[in-house]
Amino acid sequence: MKKYLRMKIFVYLLTFVFAVTIDWLIPRLMPGNPILVLVSRFATLPESAKVVYSYLTKAFGLDLPMWKQYINFWIAFFKGDLGISIYLYPKPVLDVLKSALPYSLGVLIPSILASWFVGNTLGAVAARRKRLDSVMLPVMYFITGAPYLWLGILLAYFFGVVLRWFPIAGAYSFALRPHLSWLFISDYLKHWVLPFLSLFIVQLGGWAIGMRNMVIYELEANYVRYLETLGVSRKLIRKYAFRNAILPQVTGLALQLGTVIAGQVTTEVVFSYPGIGYILTQAILNQDYFLIQGCFLFIIIGVLIANFTVDLVYMALDPRIRYSYGGEI
Amino acid sequence: MMREILFFAFRNKKLRIGFSLVLFFLILAIIGPYISKYKDPLEYVGPGYQPPSKDYWLGTTTFGQDVFTQLVHGLRSSFFIGFFGGGLATLIGLVVGFLAGYEGGLFDEVLMMITNILLVIPTLALLIIVASYLPYRGIFIESVIIGLTAWPWTARAVRAQTLSLKAREYVNLTRITGRSHLKIILYEIMPNMMSYVFMVFILQFGGAILAAVGLDFIGLGPTKGISIGLMLQNAVLWNAIQLGIWWWAIPPGLVITLIVGALYFMNTGLDEVFNPRLREM
Repeated sequence: MKKYLRMKIFVYLLTFVFAVTIDWLIPRLMPGNPILVLVSRFATLPESAKVVYSYLTKAFGLDLPMWKQYINFWIAFFKGDLGISIYLYPKPVLDVLKSALPYSLGVLIPSILASWFVGNTLGAVAARRKRLDSVMLPVMYFITGAPYLWLGILLAYFFGVVLRWFPIAGAYSFALRPHLSWLFISDYLKHWVLPFLSLFIVQLGGWAIGMRNMVIYELEANYVRYLETLGVSRKLIRKYAFRNAILPQVTGLALQLGTVIAGQVTTEVVFSYPGIGYILTQAILNQDYFLIQGCFLFIIIGVLIANFTVDLVYMALDPRIRYSYGGEI
Repeated sequence: MMREILFFAFRNKKLRIGFSLVLFFLILAIIGPYISKYKDPLEYVGPGYQPPSKDYWLGTTTFGQDVFTQLVHGLRSSFFIGFFGGGLATLIGLVVGFLAGYEGGLFDEVLMMITNILLVIPTLALLIIVASYLPYRGIFIESVIIGLTAWPWTARAVRAQTLSLKAREYVNLTRITGRSHLKIILYEIMPNMMSYVFMVFILQFGGAILAAVGLDFIGLGPTKGISIGLMLQNAVLWNAIQLGIWWWAIPPGLVITLIVGALYFMNTGLDEVFNPRLREM
């Protein structure tokens, strides 16, 4: 068990170093000088533009040798300094991302958990009802095939434009400022429903299909046959099958994370929802490379934390890992 | 053997439905640009905001471009990316999986370490950071980038299968005859995994199409030409939803959903064809 954890932590640390290195390296190979973009705002004053240019190059440390820039990048990272946003100049990247993070997590975490529970339940039920299964399965396949952003567009069109039930832009009304009151909370929830639903629905399909297949597979297993010959009740057998079938679904949670985050990014753009994904697209459009780097790091750290949590949950659920550790990870 | 598989393939309803849908859109992508009235998908051919009609089969955009023409051209790039991006990802996954599984040892450890690292990093994050570094992108480059980032899960699955096949007697026998490792992999192990490889390719095909839509949508798509993701991006940027121009915002995504859903459906059907235990009797 300790070896299992040690191995996992080692892979995660390596992943982290690799990700940070990529994060540092690629923007430096990126064409287009972001400082020129920034300086162009002073275009009417050529003299001061020159001063601003040399000042900014120094401030961002772009005139240093590469290896020094790399070391500085790590030092700055541990100090929590991710640079200054060019698009939202002079706001520090960390502040921009910190204020965006709650909005992203507020949609992401509930949608992942809710769709996991509902999807697995649906799948387990469908596995033993043939009639329901033959209707549900095709629907679920097409749901998983839908791009997140398109489902967002569809929901926005029907519930936002045709029926006018929910607002389709932003995380709260423009007239409000974020504060703790019933007025703000209910307004926030109204804006939250559609982005949540579009993530929830697309993920649902995958979980339901996976669980259905796993339960059907488990119900064919030898231990189930054995229990049947012993005359154990169907209910108890199903309980055992379900417990075994749930394990790959927990691992799937970690594997699924990448696609869900990608979906979250595009969904936020559809709803102009001020989370990390929306910030990231703005950063791309404005060639704001500190901000792109920051978003990338936030996503990586989030994914690593989530993966580690899944590992811990898996250890709690599967006694085989707790008692011994062998084979492959 | 082949005839038996074909027999079950034609009898399988899932496979039939999935395959006909994909085939329909493939044909539409091939002949669409010839049957549409307008040649250039970006040309301004009429008044804007036109709902679907006889002149504009799927209506026009805000600027008066023909949505149907854009859709069929976009479909072409989608299939192209699915084919090349998905193909490349499958190929890399196979090579890494076979080598890691068959050679074992340090080689295996290193390859699997790289695979596990790439598996944790979200593909889109990698795509963003690589794609934003290229100022001019075509759909070929896009499919290469997608192919280079989508292979890890395939490599892991292929490695696991290779490990189990490697221990079989007939492989041991071949090893005694002194055949090279490459030949053993190609002639003894791979043929037994052909059905699996084909199914992996279908999944990668769908995955590449979806990845491209996401990438185009956030502004990292091809810098020239048109694609489904770019159509959706433009529709959202120009408030097609708020203005109620559903014919611009909804059909492109619907087509993608149908294609990818049909691919997944086909995959389940194929699983039943290749795996007698799953066949519905």
